[in-house]
Amino acid sequence: MPGKQIEMGAESRLNTRLKGKNTLTHEEQWPIVRNYYYRVREYRHQIKLRKDNMYTLRTLPGDDVRQIMWRFADRFDLQMSVQSARSIARSVVAKLVAEGARNTHEWTDQKGELLTTFDQSGLTALFMDPHQGGFIEGPKNLALSLVTFELSWVDAGAATCSLASNLALAPIHEKGTPEQRDFYMSKCVPPQPGEDREIWRGAFALTEPLPYIGVDTGVLCGKATVAEWKDGEEPMLQIDKRGRFITNMDFANFVTAAVESNDDRIKGSFMIILEEGDEGLFDRGAPTLKMVHQLSSTRDPVLNLKVPANRIIGGYEIVDGVIVPKYNHSEIIGAVFHRTRIPVGLMSSAKLLSAVEPVIRYHRNRFRGGDAAKEGSPRYDKGIQNNEDALQRLVDVWASGEAGCSLAFAASRLADDFDSVEKAKESHFEAEGITSPRKQIAVLRKLQDQVVELIDLEYTPEGERNQARYDELRSDTLIQYASMEALGAILNPGVKLWNTGVGANMMREAVSLVGGYGITEDCPGFLMQKWTDTQLEATYEGPEAVQRRHLTMTMTSEVFQATLSAWARQMERAGADVPGLGGFVISSAMKLWQWTLKYLQNSTDDAGRKLFHNKRQGVTFPLADALGWLLGPYCLASDVMELIEKGPMSPTLADGIDDLTGFYKDLCHVQAARAAGEVARICTELVYGFNECKGQCSRENLKEFMELKARVDMCMSGSRNAKDRAGNALAEVMIPEALDYPI
Amino acid sequence: MSTDFHIVVCGSIVPDPLQTLKPVDGPAGPALQNEMMLPAVLDPWAGHALYEAANLAKNYPGSRVWLVSLGPKAKLQQVMMSVSQKAPFELVVADGSASGFTDSFETAKILADTIDGIADLDKSKLLLFGGWQSASRGSGAVMQMVGEMLGVTEQFQGVDRITIGSDGSIEVMERIEGGSYQKSIVDAAPAVLGWATGELPEPPNNPQIGMQNMQKNMPALQRAQPADLSGSSLSFESVEVPQQRRETRVVKDVPVEEMAKEIVEWLKA
Repeated sequence: MPGKQIEMGAESRLNTRLKGKNTLTHEEQWPIVRNYYYRVREYRHQIKLRKDNMYTLRTLPGDDVRQIMWRFADRFDLQMSVQSARSIARSVVAKLVAEGARNTHEWTDQKGELLTTFDQSGLTALFMDPHQGGFIEGPKNLALSLVTFELSWVDAGAATCSLASNLALAPIHEKGTPEQRDFYMSKCVPPQPGEDREIWRGAFALTEPLPYIGVDTGVLCGKATVAEWKDGEEPMLQIDKRGRFITNMDFANFVTAAVESNDDRIKGSFMIILEEGDEGLFDRGAPTLKMVHQLSSTRDPVLNLKVPANRIIGGYEIVDGVIVPKYNHSEIIGAVFHRTRIPVGLMSSAKLLSAVEPVIRYHRNRFRGGDAAKEGSPRYDKGIQNNEDALQRLVDVWASGEAGCSLAFAASRLADDFDSVEKAKESHFEAEGITSPRKQIAVLRKLQDQVVELIDLEYTPEGERNQARYDELRSDTLIQYASMEALGAILNPGVKLWNTGVGANMMREAVSLVGGYGITEDCPGFLMQKWTDTQLEATYEGPEAVQRRHLTMTMTSEVFQATLSAWARQMERAGADVPGLGGFVISSAMKLWQWTLKYLQNSTDDAGRKLFHNKRQGVTFPLADALGWLLGPYCLASDVMELIEKGPMSPTLADGIDDLTGFYKDLCHVQAARAAGEVARICTELVYGFNECKGQCSRENLKEFMELKARVDMCMSGSRNAKDRAGNALAEVMIPEALDYPI
Repeated sequence: MSTDFHIVVCGSIVPDPLQTLKPVDGPAGPALQNEMMLPAVLDPWAGHALYEAANLAKNYPGSRVWLVSLGPKAKLQQVMMSVSQKAPFELVVADGSASGFTDSFETAKILADTIDGIADLDKSKLLLFGGWQSASRGSGAVMQMVGEMLGVTEQFQGVDRITIGSDGSIEVMERIEGGSYQKSIVDAAPAVLGWATGELPEPPNNPQIGMQNMQKNMPALQRAQPADLSGSSLSFESVEVPQQRRETRVVKDVPVEEMAKEIVEWLKA
């Protein structure tokens, strides 16, 4: 074949060759011309990269990067937990998924390997304090989030399996008596050397009313009556509770259940601990026919048991012959979900990041092996990455995952910091004799000006603030509590709402980037399974509507509004100090959102009905969604700034730090622009959408809104360049030869 | 005879073998592209030696285990977050290159000097463990040289099992050609044992062991002294990863017998 002897080269050489070979047919000439075209295009692309001052992302970010961004570089206890969880995820968990263990509703011996592995590797004991058999001192929200991230990287159901016992223990941990806490937490720790005992596992039973799944805290069908109450003895209660979709129920030794009194001698609702050895019926029920998270056990139990009243979580008092639980079930659930919703949100974001490597590998290898892609051709070398769209859509997936993770880890760190402050606040009020929640709120409300002052100082650069005043305010437990509580009341539902809701949509994007392969069981990275699982993550521990409602109530607080104003100023400074980060666009979108909230709070529709009202979810819920969009980019920007500051000090990162931070700035910018676009769209609909157009295209009362919106638009400058650069970086990044877990 | 051993395991890190390992020319000779940014793991051969050492120490009370590592301490610290959870040991670090392109003699010298500097090490009880190969670029010579430098001349390579006798003697099972083993008995420590795979699985992570180890090992990492590997005159002409050789010819119009005949001729050639 004459064509085979022709070497590729410069244009003149090509022309000479073609001219000199009159015998070549058109079909024989075409590959030569095509290859020449590819080379020229590649050469031009390289020239463009240099001209545009682009960077190269050298490798996918590793532990060194994550430890700085998520602020656990100095915590080797957490770093070890990460390694433990990762080794399990990428061996035992991945093997189970690859072998099809997800294809059953039932809990099998094969799935049971997970529990043994969690026990052996310390994950079961992660939630406990050292004196209970754990190994991490202090709050463990960040630790649990990191472990969740690692397990969800492969399968979020395995993460749920790991967390479920902790969820059962959480009511006891948060509101239980010290005796309850030590007893059950110690029971749930794997036996220490020399001990011979069964590890207890728990289940958390809340779901009401049957047959639906999820809970309305106002509707409890589980009932409690007094079964027996002898003089001078502990009252015995009869607890009748049916559960649905109860995790861990195949092997739970105890259940923490929410019930309501059905007896004049018991007041209100409460949570209570039921054990499998209690007198009565402990029927684990039928397996729940769920189609997601199949590596966690779920059943629909029937429980009718006689238990002593001292199992009421938090204890009780006898007042005028009535058993008065210390905490009602809503108080306990509030305290629990305040923390446990964060890892659930994180699951979806972890999966988005996990999709990056398999998608890149698929794109690069897509055409190899086919006759149309000859070795050395761009089609062979770059595959689908030859095209901008595939690269840039993956940038969107990656940026969403980063923003979600930054938000979730920020919330976890806040929950850790909040732990001791909350306890100090409780001690303070107890010492002062202020025990009723209403009275406590009244005291905290009086401190509002100081709380706002603390927030202003907190976000003022150190060199510019009154440090003595800042220290003074910060040392006040109640002021600090009020500031953190208001922020937690935004971040926690925000993680759960945005990470899972938007995460589910972005996970679909990731699946679509792998074409038909993406919707097969053997798609590397288990992307299809990960996508379907996000629907559960968006649902349990409070579906999206619950989170929107939560945000509706908390986002209007003056303390949070002060925080958001401080964030907007901080991002404006970042816009100037860290060009390319997207600080300006985040700041302008925050200001637009705040203006919209105020406008809606003070405006009516054409019928004169107030726009911002608890009952008007068509207004409040979209505004909560818009706020959700803002949280991720803000937290990601903070993390990128941390990387810019600390990265150069890391010996392992110093070499390529400019490339790395350049890429992260662009990711942040991409996400910031996307978020600002969503915020602008929602705010515009809400501001204009409730008044009919009267043929006038100017609204004088909305001039400020128009200016703010125009600023959002203008602040998007450069965001598409950022996406171009980030996309190009994905085409060059070095990835491992193979995925590090079975497929 | 005493059966409380002082076991020193020599072992360092290698880039995660799943990564793309592309040799490049660095300012100080050959290196791997983005080596510092790539995730690293404990050299699997050294890992076998470490797990065997920990198991031996567990079965012979009074024994101690040190892991002596020549490697960049920042990378070592990352790897220790996993390795520290697998077995109790004391870490001793020489902060230098763990690249596969260092001179074996220089590496051995640094390791021998570092081992010499371990306080409390009783050389009469010394069992010097390491891998008989390395996943970076095994010269298969470092352990022998370290032993010689420390004056330990009872040396065994390709070890898969040791059995301690009641008299303190050590029966060593070494790999030799043809899938066979050679059994030797050495009266007592000190000895050098270059491990093949051993017989133990990788232990599961145990954060409680990890926490105990890292209380001691983090300060050891902070104290690590820079290792001077500059004395070598070793140079490399060229470096490349082994290439897969594939010669494919699609043949459709030849009888199977002809094909078989051609393959046989090719094999004979």
